[in-house]
Amino acid sequence: MLAVEDLTAGYGPVTALDGVSFTAARGQITAVLGANGAGKTTLLRTISGLVRPSRGSVRLGEHDLTTVAAERMARLGLAHVPEGRGVITELTVEENLRLGRLVRLRRVGAGDLDRAYALFPALAQRRRQSAHVLSGGERQMLVIARALMAEPTVLLLDEPSLGLAPRIVVQIFDLLASLVADDGLTVVLVEQNARSALSIADRGVVLNLGRLVVSDTAAALAGDEQLRHAYLGF
Amino acid sequence: MATLADRVLGRTPLRRHLTLALLGLVVVVVVLESTGQFRNAQFAAMAYYGIAAGGLTILIGLNGQISLGHGAFMAIGAYTAALLLRGDEPFALPLVLLAAAGVALAAGALVGVAAARLHGPYLAGATLALAVAVPGIPVYFGEALGGEQGLTVRVPRIPDWFADAVFFVTGQDMSSSRYLAYVGWLCLIVTFVLLANLARSRVGRTWRAVRDHEVAAELAGIDLGRARVLAFVVSATCAGLAGGLLALSARIAAPSGFTLTLSLLLLSAIVLGGLGSLTGALIGAALLTFLPQLVTGWGQDLGLSDVRAAELAPLIYGLVTVLVVLFAPAGIAGGVLAARRRRAAHHGSPSARTDSEARP
Amino acid sequence: MQQLITTVLTGLTLGMVYAAFALALVLIWRATRIVNFAQAPMAMITTYLALVLIDAGLSYWVGFAVALVSGLLLGALVERLVVRHLTGSSEINAVILTLGLFIVIHALAALVFGSRYRSFPAPFGLRGFQVGDTTIALTGFGVFTIVSVMVVMGLLVLLFRGTDLGLKMRAAAFDQEISRLLGVRVGRMLTLGWALAALVGSLSGLLIAGGGLVHPSYMDGVVVYGFVAAVLGGLESPPGAVAGGLILGLALSLVSGYVGSELVPLACLVILMAVLLVRPGGLFSHVRARRV
Ligand SMILES: Nc1ncnc2c1ncn2[C@@H]1O[C@H](COP(=O)(O)OP(=O)(O)OP(=O)(O)O)[C@@H](O)[C@H]1O
Ligand SMILES: [Mg+2]
Repeated sequence: MLAVEDLTAGYGPVTALDGVSFTAARGQITAVLGANGAGKTTLLRTISGLVRPSRGSVRLGEHDLTTVAAERMARLGLAHVPEGRGVITELTVEENLRLGRLVRLRRVGAGDLDRAYALFPALAQRRRQSAHVLSGGERQMLVIARALMAEPTVLLLDEPSLGLAPRIVVQIFDLLASLVADDGLTVVLVEQNARSALSIADRGVVLNLGRLVVSDTAAALAGDEQLRHAYLGF
Repeated sequence: MATLADRVLGRTPLRRHLTLALLGLVVVVVVLESTGQFRNAQFAAMAYYGIAAGGLTILIGLNGQISLGHGAFMAIGAYTAALLLRGDEPFALPLVLLAAAGVALAAGALVGVAAARLHGPYLAGATLALAVAVPGIPVYFGEALGGEQGLTVRVPRIPDWFADAVFFVTGQDMSSSRYLAYVGWLCLIVTFVLLANLARSRVGRTWRAVRDHEVAAELAGIDLGRARVLAFVVSATCAGLAGGLLALSARIAAPSGFTLTLSLLLLSAIVLGGLGSLTGALIGAALLTFLPQLVTGWGQDLGLSDVRAAELAPLIYGLVTVLVVLFAPAGIAGGVLAARRRRAAHHGSPSARTDSEARP
Repeated sequence: MQQLITTVLTGLTLGMVYAAFALALVLIWRATRIVNFAQAPMAMITTYLALVLIDAGLSYWVGFAVALVSGLLLGALVERLVVRHLTGSSEINAVILTLGLFIVIHALAALVFGSRYRSFPAPFGLRGFQVGDTTIALTGFGVFTIVSVMVVMGLLVLLFRGTDLGLKMRAAAFDQEISRLLGVRVGRMLTLGWALAALVGSLSGLLIAGGGLVHPSYMDGVVVYGFVAAVLGGLESPPGAVAGGLILGLALSLVSGYVGSELVPLACLVILMAVLLVRPGGLFSHVRARRV
């Protein structure tokens, strides 16, 4: 279980995250929703150690992650797929994938690469090519596949649907749902597209101007018309 | 305090610069007349370092272009001066110095056109190549330019009217090193007044705009290339003048006088003083001139041989340069300025006066 | 004809050394966006260390090994103690920093080792090989130069292409944040990158010195040639740096042979300007116009 308590962080004088608390239960998808600039990305970056919080704590099971450096998070089972371009375009597709599994203690051969290619056949055709040539959707598949290579227990996803065709979004969300169901993965899913995020999420968290507005079950959030109009835009 | 300064120095920048220049001239006369031959020669050196550093600090600090090749422009000025002073009837000194500056100006225009399209490390590398390349030219054209040995330079006779005028003011006769120190400082004062006014003018504002907001400047209709070339030319011209003065003071123009080290030391001088500040350039020039003697003395006290002790000064320049870049990018003059602003703010004065020079 | 062959062979040998030096610059540029002008005095000072040991009676190979290892350490130290503390993204500050280091190391060397010219031994013959009754310009030391640079390059290729460590180093160079999220200790990788680059730089310092004279400035020209070679190759690409080094070595050798060695730096300047103005992305770039 990932527990965030009173988390506060900012950039210089700007406070982007102000006293946010919530928990993401094991084997569930927690959607983080909110308008542009609400602080969703900052929340994920603070959880994964890229931004230092000025107050509050982050705990994963019995580990206190608050002061753990970003480069140690992957070893503790936390994977973060950042917003936008997470692909290292100077490397090949396969090298990007290999990077993902470096932190894993249990080394396996090429088997896990095969699994990634099975999940995303589009990547298999381009395994030796520079990641530079991938389309936006292929890049998104690559970063998700790369994050899964580490066999994380918690997966933070920042707007995975951004710029993707609806068909691919469905495919990715289905994949997430099956990973959660089969492997007990904990997912924190940041989305602009609140409707489809809530459709697969178990719980949802709504942020506005850095503060937590509400935290409830996905069904309750989707059913609250006032909230939907005020913050979720559908 | 600010109002007092305004009243004494004049309100408009031009008047203030001219008043400062006059004050400077008085200080120069007093200092040069009250010191001996050796110090006079050192002051002459400080003057040419100051001129070159002033030009370089305007280029780097105001326009954001870096040059490691100013030693090359100094070499061009020095050789020009040496050639013009060779014949049986040498040219008049002002003409010689103007020519030194002029030839460097032409060379600066040539290099500047190319340099305007480069930035950061590329510009640094290209000007570095320039600094390494130019000393090879006189060696190749040994016939005309004296080869490795270089050209010896005859110091022109001191004009009677000048010696008389100084005698009239000070009651002392003029030695040739004092004469050169006067020439150097006159040139420095004129150059600095021009540079300070340029920095305050529309041109200076354009340069700063190009440095800080390249895209915005371009949208505002500023011709980036022209602004960059002009800054480069101005700066190279200063270096040429400085080179001419150097040749006079050293009485020789030789390739070994214009190694890469010279360019690098100039750069460190202005970093120490604070990029973009003419006061800083003067501080840097003073350090280049006077620090070596001081620390070489310490080194000898520690038992180092002369030659090795002479390396202590560059070691200190280099170390301080690194430290300044890492911990106080505004430089020494910048630090003083900041301290003064803090003090002014502390005393509750409404607006701390900005320095009269180029620092924004 | 004889002279042309001589010139070409000399050019190729020199070109290998420039290639090594350019490679050192490219490794650091890729990882930290800094052109390490201090690479020249760093290589100079490690060569002096070798010279001290050799003069003290140890074998050339001990000096050679010590110079390479101390290059490795010096590179790591410079990154840890100096470069790491550079804040902000000002290009000019980065340039000035490496030039400050340049002055410091230069002065230190002159202080400790003196500034007079000292001759540096070569482990192999400096006479051209005999083919029939003509002597060609390829010397035993020349062959050693070419072979050692190729071995080092081969090892680097193996490291970067074939190992997880190399993959991590490349990732850290290209995208620090993503690399951190994937568990790469970026700081260590950058230190290692500087260390390896300094090692390659030291190798070129030893090769330039072999059979010639060393003094504190003897590498100053080489940093220019190395930089130009790196720019010819696009400054980003290790294979480009190698090709650039070979081309530059040939070109400069032709200038030296047919015009005059004094004008070699000037020719180098001309080549640099021509490339920067006509093909800013280097000779081999076909895509992506770059800001130079
Ligand atoms: N690097 C930064 N420096 C300064 N301010 C920042 C930085 N990154 C984000 N901010 C500010 O912090 C606030 C929260 O930004 P954040 O990126 O977390 O929002 P978000 O919810 O992810 O928005 P979006 O949906 O547009 O991605 C915004 O006001 C933003 O301007
Ligand atoms: Mg965001």
